[in-house]
Amino acid sequence: MQSGDVNATEASALFESNGDSWRSSLRRIRRWPLLSIIILATLVFSAAAADFIAPHDPVKATLSARRAPLMWEEGGSSKFILGGDLQGRDVLSRIIHGARISLMVAGSSIVIGMVFGTVYGLISGYFGGWIDEILMRIVEIFLAIPLIMAALVILVVAGASYMSVIGVLVLFSWVPFARQVRAETLALKVLDYVSLARVAGAPAHRILVRHILPGVLNTVIVVATLQVGSLILTESILSFLGVGIPPPTPAWGAMVADGRNYLASSWGIAFFPGMAIFLTVVGFNFMGDWIRDALDPRLRQLD
Amino acid sequence: MVQFLVRRVLLMLLTLWAVSALVFTMSRIQGDPRTMFMNRGVTQEMWDAWGKEMGLDKPLPIQYMVWASKAVRGDLGDSLWERRAVTTAIFEKLPATVQLGFTTFLFSIGVGVPLGVLSAVHRGTLVDLVGRFIAVTGQALPPFWIGLMLILIFSVWLDLLPAAKKGGLDSYVLPTITLGWLFAASILRLVRSSMLNVLDEEFVKLARAKGVSNNMVIWKHAFKNAAAAPLTYSGLLLAGLCTGTVVTESVFGWPGIGRLSIDAVLQNDFPMLAGLVLLFTLLFIIGNLVVDIVLAFIDPRVRYA
Repeated sequence: MQSGDVNATEASALFESNGDSWRSSLRRIRRWPLLSIIILATLVFSAAAADFIAPHDPVKATLSARRAPLMWEEGGSSKFILGGDLQGRDVLSRIIHGARISLMVAGSSIVIGMVFGTVYGLISGYFGGWIDEILMRIVEIFLAIPLIMAALVILVVAGASYMSVIGVLVLFSWVPFARQVRAETLALKVLDYVSLARVAGAPAHRILVRHILPGVLNTVIVVATLQVGSLILTESILSFLGVGIPPPTPAWGAMVADGRNYLASSWGIAFFPGMAIFLTVVGFNFMGDWIRDALDPRLRQLD
Repeated sequence: MVQFLVRRVLLMLLTLWAVSALVFTMSRIQGDPRTMFMNRGVTQEMWDAWGKEMGLDKPLPIQYMVWASKAVRGDLGDSLWERRAVTTAIFEKLPATVQLGFTTFLFSIGVGVPLGVLSAVHRGTLVDLVGRFIAVTGQALPPFWIGLMLILIFSVWLDLLPAAKKGGLDSYVLPTITLGWLFAASILRLVRSSMLNVLDEEFVKLARAKGVSNNMVIWKHAFKNAAAAPLTYSGLLLAGLCTGTVVTESVFGWPGIGRLSIDAVLQNDFPMLAGLVLLFTLLFIIGNLVVDIVLAFIDPRVRYA
């Protein structure tokens, strides 16, 4: 940093300590990722209360709502605020219910990937030797496969369903956990307190669970939050391509696909679900950045 | 260096073997290949004869060996949908994908590198704001949605560019932006952060202290050292490129192998899909290998990692 900058920082520090409490509290609030808190709160609320706040049934078709215009467009009505889709289903209601699908699918795949990847990384890092060698070669093979193609194959063989989509997303999600946890474990296992535990006769599983796992938890949380956004994006890509959760379940990606041939007349059908995906992913990404900076700034290089 | 190369190539072969074994297993889980030709007049004798002809009476490992040795020679069987050899169909579609990949490469470098450097140098200004906007949207916008919105704006509303069908140069514009947005954004972020690191280093300050002009400091001293950073992440970028190709070609009806994959999926054309998976994996692995070798030449630390 150049000397000019240092002076500026010092000056502003002085300024703050002079009792300008309004400014400093404003600054403290700004440190919170307000935007993502608002987005994620809305998202969770929509997902939890979808049955009560959605104005219509997300899968029930109403003939009069077929490609109904937006509320503020000519001929629009407040009955269908964001218009209706091709089959006369309310777009807004489907977006609200879609939040539930996105969160559930991304949430389950992140949790499964997290548990599996963490155990994998702990074992690989702690035992080392040929176990580590084999486990890490498997990880490298995973990194060398274009996962979208693997996803397509699995979805063709297993058929598209909740379970197969979650399974495919776990393929994407476990690898970063395994790699980061292994790296952390390698660093932790040579520390004195771990050696002492071993000398005291603690079995490997106890050392891993009681002494090493707590040390890698921060990393695990950071990796998890940073990944949610991209998993939601991947899920939306699969459902856009028609290999995601099968219709009529309101998945955002599939909703965009519904509107792709009617852009000229009813652009809203494709626009609003895409916007929902975008905001959700932005919300999770900002939150992930913030948690990373708070818990484990060394992981900055991850992104 | 030699040891490093041998290791990488061995790993590459191991990966190819794993993927091919996986694809083969999947194709057997998918079902007995004879059922594809099932119709009323089939007798038990014909069924068995087919089995013999296709080698289905042999144990699975042998079947895999036969399948793999054919695959190595470029024989991946016939597509169920198009009724012709899988390899013929793939190589017919490959050029369109490569062309789009090329324009995308130019676009992402052309947008990502200069904007990354500028937003690092002019941190906190309007340029930086634009750069960060692209970075955030590139990470969070669904690629298919970018494509559709570009079509809506430039084809439907403004009527400037064609929305679908590969044709003249103007038909490349929208697919290139759609596919390239993510990569421009990734490159921008990587260049920006590594530029910020390098600009803070002693040798840059020394150059400034010596009175080297600002442009020289930025482009010659700093950028040269920051340029390697995006390369180390190109493995991840390549993975994104595969996904992006499938999505973009599907949105724009682009006649390449990405579209072919999704068609194969929707038509349950397993031999075709298997061939495409092998091809994608091969391209992906070769791409990674090339990057690794280039990196090992540039940065000796990589060789011992």
